[in-house]
Amino acid sequence: MARECKFSEAINEALAVKLEADRSVFVMGLGAQDRNAVFGTLDGLAETFGTNRVIDTPVSENAMTGVCIGAAVHGMRPVMVHQRMDFILMAMDQVVNAAAKWRYMSNGTQCVPLTIRLVVGRGWGQGPQHAQALHSWFSHIPGLRVVAPFSPADAKGLLIASIEDDNPVVFIEHRWLHNTYGPVPEGAVAEPLGRATIVREGKDVTIVSSSYMTLEALRSAEKLASQGVDVEIVDLRTLRPLDMETILSSVRKCGRLVVADMGWPQYGLGSEIIALCARNALDSLKTAPSLVSMADCPVPTAAAFTNVCYGQARDIAQVVARQLNKTLDVETLFEDPAGLPNDIPDARFSGPF
Amino acid sequence: MNARVKKDLLRSVMRIRAVELEIIKHYGKQQMRCPVHLCVGQEAISAGACAVLRRDDFIFATHRSHGPYLAKGGDLQAMLAELHGRVGGCCDGRGGSMHLMWPKTGIMTSLAIVSQGIPIAAGSALSMQMQGTDQVAMTFFGDGATEEGNFYETLNFAAIRKLPVVFVCENNKLATNTPLSVRRPEGVRITDIAKSLGVHSEYSPDGNDALTVYKMVSEGVERARNGNGPSFFEFDTYRMLEHCGPFDDHEQGLRSAKGREFWRTRCPVDTLSRKLLAENVVTREKIDQWQAEFVQELAAAMKYAEEAPLPDPLTCFDNVYA
Repeated sequence: MARECKFSEAINEALAVKLEADRSVFVMGLGAQDRNAVFGTLDGLAETFGTNRVIDTPVSENAMTGVCIGAAVHGMRPVMVHQRMDFILMAMDQVVNAAAKWRYMSNGTQCVPLTIRLVVGRGWGQGPQHAQALHSWFSHIPGLRVVAPFSPADAKGLLIASIEDDNPVVFIEHRWLHNTYGPVPEGAVAEPLGRATIVREGKDVTIVSSSYMTLEALRSAEKLASQGVDVEIVDLRTLRPLDMETILSSVRKCGRLVVADMGWPQYGLGSEIIALCARNALDSLKTAPSLVSMADCPVPTAAAFTNVCYGQARDIAQVVARQLNKTLDVETLFEDPAGLPNDIPDARFSGPF
Repeated sequence: MNARVKKDLLRSVMRIRAVELEIIKHYGKQQMRCPVHLCVGQEAISAGACAVLRRDDFIFATHRSHGPYLAKGGDLQAMLAELHGRVGGCCDGRGGSMHLMWPKTGIMTSLAIVSQGIPIAAGSALSMQMQGTDQVAMTFFGDGATEEGNFYETLNFAAIRKLPVVFVCENNKLATNTPLSVRRPEGVRITDIAKSLGVHSEYSPDGNDALTVYKMVSEGVERARNGNGPSFFEFDTYRMLEHCGPFDDHEQGLRSAKGREFWRTRCPVDTLSRKLLAENVVTREKIDQWQAEFVQELAAAMKYAEEAPLPDPLTCFDNVYA
């Protein structure tokens, strides 16, 4: 049975389900026991499962990652959490040099079933060190799986699958999705990793997106539909392994490709998908693919910058229209009647994160 | 300490030395096509510390992995085949000398990034504690690793949670070729730092004496096994050869021969055999018999390694993922 849940509640449910079912699962992260409970995702878990299974830690990202690897090697299934992805850079050695290599170096005799939850920030002055989306870095590494859900149902199902997976999984949550709602199945239903999903069927242009950018893509699709443009949206859900078949079959059908990515434009997920389509579906492409991404600069703090720096629905609509040789008055089309500033996720938000 | 333990320790240091010398003898054939960080001169720490452990206790070693691997029961044929990049090596050619592992006897892995194994050992100890086993995790590292954040972060965490982990620092005063004197202020002892982090810590200048190592580490392992938390041991020792490879680097002007002369009088093999002969714990005949056994065992293992099949290159894609 599915009922409406917040994304953050879906994460919480996935963790509760696994903590309940499997004694080897534990959660570890700075602030795991604090009042804020990592944006509500850990609400009540320390109370229910005890502070020995929901562990608050010293500020030691690299060692704590190593600790999780060591526990995994001894039979546990740790779930780490960082309130901002930027902090995992302190632990890249353990993630890339140790976790990603462990199974390979042992030629399959050992594995590291570790899930690392990372939260991407956006808006409200997150700035250069709190708004980076580095999913492409992790996706570059053989030995890691990378998951970036958009819907609350996928957040739950994919997190369960990530915890059950015997590989190290980087599980990426966008801060602006935590308060979004959607139907979420009850119980311990895993959603298989490695499969993209079509969240909107269409015929004119394929938009490939993931995580929060799928929400922006859906918003742009709604406006584009009012202008007679029918886009198809492929929500990747898992970035590594990448579901190439779903991407390629959509591109072959529509003949046009726009990638909407929350990361930077160079050497990233967007470039990867465009390259994939150039290599495998060039004949189907009627025009050059486009990329909507973070602007190619660090993310500045002041709200005045946000329009240019973050990829948004109207940027997606703009490039879609361009590919179709349509003129689109995006300023009018995307004018917000509520006049909501675009450095916040919704009207209820009053800062800070 | 009973005679059996002493004899085993002597045999262990002798065997590690014999293996290292055999690798040196064959390295020039260029069939072991991987870096080898030999532990000639440092055998006593591996032998002494591992002898304390049970088979189901975990160890995590470093790039200088041969000593712990052999001392904790790693298979010799699988080790030499691994150095030769062959199928049948302990990692089937995916690891080489720097990543020796033999999980059957608790040698979980060896890691080439300085200090990386320190938190990983503590993590296994956390799992042991959570699961209520009475196992112990041990990790070896050099003095250089104590300059990494991992060292401070992990000792702090291990102390907070009273983890059953034993940290063994082999202080040979060299990080590759950079001396400790340019890496630490004069008068700062690593043991004092470890102590200040809340971990029971002890230092010995006699890291080349396997009996001393055994005695000190025994207390640490007992402490861990009884739920009394982590401990740290710093042992002075000396790297007789170059950082990586079969040669002596003293002639290259990298360090003075004076240190070598001092430590030669404290050779882990010679001093212990002299001592145990004098104590009548072991006979010359026994020592000769062991040497003969090593020669035989090594000849067979080297032959196995040299003749083992090379991996099919296309299997490079296997086991990236579970």
